Amino acid sequence: MPVVVELWCVAALLAIAVVAAVGARMPLIRRGIYGASLAVTTVAFAAALALPADDSHITLPLGLPWIGAHFRLDALAAFFLAVINLGGAAASLYGIGYGQHEHEPQRVLPFFPAFLAGMNLVIVADDAFTFLLSWEFMSLASWALVMAHHREPDNARAGYVYILMASVGTFALLLAFGLLAGPDGNYAFSAMRAQTPPPLFAGIILGLVLLGAGSKAGLVPLHVWLPLAHPAAPSHVSALMSGVMTKVAIYGFIRIVFDLLGPTSWWWGVPVLAVGGGTATLGVLYALMQNDLKRVLAYSTIENIGLIFVGLGLALAFKGNDMPAAGALALTAALFHVFNHALFKSALFFGAGAVLTATGERQMERLGGLIHRMPVTSVAFLVACAAISALPPLNGFASEWLAFQAILLSPQLPQWGLKLLVPAVGALLALAAALAAACFVRAFGIVFLGRPRTPAAEQAVEVDRWSLVAMGILAVLCIIVGILPGLVIDGLAPVVTALVGDRMPAQLGVPWLTTVPIVESRSSYNGLLVFLFTAASASLAAFAIHRLASQALRRAPAWDCGFPDPSPVTQYTAASFAQPIRRVFGSYVFQAREHVDMPPPGDMRPASLAVKLRDPAWEFIYTPIKTAVSVAADRLNLLQFLTIRSYLSLVFFALVLLLLVLALWP
Amino acid sequence: MAVIANLAIQFVQMLLVLLLAPLLTGFVRKVKAHLLRRQGPPLLQPYRDLLRLMRKEVVLAENASWLFRVIPYLILAATWVAAALVPTFATGLIFSWSADLIAIVALLGSARFFLALAGMDVGTSFGGIGSSREVMIATLAEPAMIMIVFTLALIAGSTQLSTVAGLMLSSGVGLRVSLGLALIALILVALAENARIPVDNPATHLELTMVHEAMVLEYSGRHLAVIELAASLKLLLYMSLIACLFVPWGLAPHGAGPVAQFGGAVAYIAKLAIGGFLLAVFETSIAKMRVFRVPDFLGAALMLGLLGTLLLFVSRSL
Repeated sequence: MPVVVELWCVAALLAIAVVAAVGARMPLIRRGIYGASLAVTTVAFAAALALPADDSHITLPLGLPWIGAHFRLDALAAFFLAVINLGGAAASLYGIGYGQHEHEPQRVLPFFPAFLAGMNLVIVADDAFTFLLSWEFMSLASWALVMAHHREPDNARAGYVYILMASVGTFALLLAFGLLAGPDGNYAFSAMRAQTPPPLFAGIILGLVLLGAGSKAGLVPLHVWLPLAHPAAPSHVSALMSGVMTKVAIYGFIRIVFDLLGPTSWWWGVPVLAVGGGTATLGVLYALMQNDLKRVLAYSTIENIGLIFVGLGLALAFKGNDMPAAGALALTAALFHVFNHALFKSALFFGAGAVLTATGERQMERLGGLIHRMPVTSVAFLVACAAISALPPLNGFASEWLAFQAILLSPQLPQWGLKLLVPAVGALLALAAALAAACFVRAFGIVFLGRPRTPAAEQAVEVDRWSLVAMGILAVLCIIVGILPGLVIDGLAPVVTALVGDRMPAQLGVPWLTTVPIVESRSSYNGLLVFLFTAASASLAAFAIHRLASQALRRAPAWDCGFPDPSPVTQYTAASFAQPIRRVFGSYVFQAREHVDMPPPGDMRPASLAVKLRDPAWEFIYTPIKTAVSVAADRLNLLQFLTIRSYLSLVFFALVLLLLVLALWP
Repeated sequence: MAVIANLAIQFVQMLLVLLLAPLLTGFVRKVKAHLLRRQGPPLLQPYRDLLRLMRKEVVLAENASWLFRVIPYLILAATWVAAALVPTFATGLIFSWSADLIAIVALLGSARFFLALAGMDVGTSFGGIGSSREVMIATLAEPAMIMIVFTLALIAGSTQLSTVAGLMLSSGVGLRVSLGLALIALILVALAENARIPVDNPATHLELTMVHEAMVLEYSGRHLAVIELAASLKLLLYMSLIACLFVPWGLAPHGAGPVAQFGGAVAYIAKLAIGGFLLAVFETSIAKMRVFRVPDFLGAALMLGLLGTLLLFVSRSL
């Protein structure tokens, strides 16, 4: 029974957490905790891949006594378990080395395996109670990890905003499950699947799930906690939160909307598409405005989540219109990107953690030139940057290419709303992809290239082997999955078949391992051949030139049009690199304003340039809500100082009102 | 036998684009010089420049990394593979299924990604200015290009370039509004992507508005030769792309005999000459614009592409 194996893995992780809580101060145990987590997640990963996901289920006498705790493993759960445990194993491996630099290991070690256990439990849960309980457990464990360095100035606020948004999200999910369960309170997923909520309720549930799962995943405008909380945690935990926990949220969305909510209506795709397209573009624009490396990565997660939701929205639109083949393509694109994002975002956060270890800096403006001092980290980071920028032949391009192919199928959709929305979303997706490339040119170029901007960057040394191996494995996986996308696409077939009723054509039988989404005359892409051709032409050109022309090489000072300046301050910085984009896009979205203070001749004051950005999410949504809450609290403060008579009459009237409502309820 | 013939055609095409690319650059320069009543350098000057650069030693900045030395070859390879996939004189390229139009756009995107990194490697202010402007231009040019691809793909029902070109050749398409929009957008994008006037000036150094030349400022010797070759190749690629999509006449169809292949080659060279001439006339008759006017220029391309796509979503016959 595969589900039992996974449950044993969860139990093992919880046991590790207990051991860690007891013995975190002993240095021998520290490495052991990560080693044990690595072993358990590897087993869980292998089990999710190897064991047949044959709907094995089990009910344990835990939780609410009249329900019990249901657990089940189907194809969808197996895929997400594989993603989670792959990310978890990589983070554990990285943590063996990275965790040594932790000042207060007792604040990290117990929660790390607990967090992994929580995420695994959410996936195997098969009733609403277990699901929500595991979801909350996962949120709280990750909250504790965010608060690990609670004395740093911004982290307390990050933790506060995070727990607030997590509570709102769980509350929305609670209401959604309440509606799904119906008046009889059937909290088991199998019972929910059997009944169909009326269309109005289905719409409300969809909205609640978008709010609940979307806030965890980081959909704009529910994303505000994410760029605060993800960077605040230790880097291997940031990788888990960004690369993996957001995927648990996406699992929640898919489980409820594709599986539990009954027959799909076409219009469910509309809000999902619109929110996804907006999230993708805004997320990467935010990322381009940041100067903190880990925050750049966190905002880029938001962009990728948007991309995934665009795929899910398309899949809903196709499924609602009875076009299972197109739906299968869109859903495959989304799930493929889930997998890819877990790979490269983890690698990028590991790289950021390595930079942090080596220099103590997260501010890009204080780094530079690390390619000379951290050669291995820089290669892994470069591969991940190229992959997330959707460059062929890496994995990010493969999933983005599938998403574009799905968009090209959508003129067949009959509804006008979708016909007008989909091309606009396609344009947003293309814009997001181009902006992502700009964002990662900036991230890699400022941090790893150029000259070191501070002594800390100048004296950096390469990090330990465990971290390097973890980054290297992920980078190699990015390349392998990129040139052989058919492996993942075929692996996704059972998941997609279960959810939309069709699958993409089998890829591994196609000659030369070409990826063919529908038929070959329509579109095909061969990562392997593109890789081979590019590698062959590059080596051929290099060989021919070195053989036939000159090999001579001389080192000299930089040319820079005759004006080289030895001061590293004269280089482009992260802020100046983003300036053109800030002017083009930021002046609308963020109302970016530049203020130049240029002292008149004779004045010895230094000149300065101040940039002011306004965050629309805070300005238009959260600040008004905050104001409303505090105004309401001020007004309601009156209630605190009433006489006993007034209280009693209030209670009486409330009672009468409720009884009236109950009497008039149809 | 057929496979060998196809392989031969693919191979000939790969060599042809590589050999023709500097000639096209030289031709455009020559026409521009004549339009300005100068004599101009000889047509073969770009070849001589390339040979000269290749024979010279490389002067490498002291803190240049290994990436800086690898990037020229990566850029050349990505551009070359992309150029080899665009039909020039015959449509039935044997490897055309290995990458479709979206992948070709993305391959050029990879070349740009690495070029922008090269601009930042030495850590000079000019390199940074070039890279940051290049990515700004790319953030608008690339989505515009994707929208153009969408328009073409929706008309042809395929993103395979050979299939699209074959359909354009079959005269079943006719005049369409969306095609016109796509053509204008594609020309705007091609001007921006190849660093031509009015977006950038290919013939300038030491000008604060330069983009492409600023990025490659630190390159010398064989590295510079490879980068120049890749730039010529990219110009040729865009011209071939416009030619095979919008003036496909003369393209030898799949499996045609040697006569048709030869005719295709002649037609292709004639198209390149006309394209180069038009480019030179356009460049001499217009002024370069300020950097912050470029977003308007490319925004127009993006909007035209989006409009073309939208029209096709509304009706397949527009």
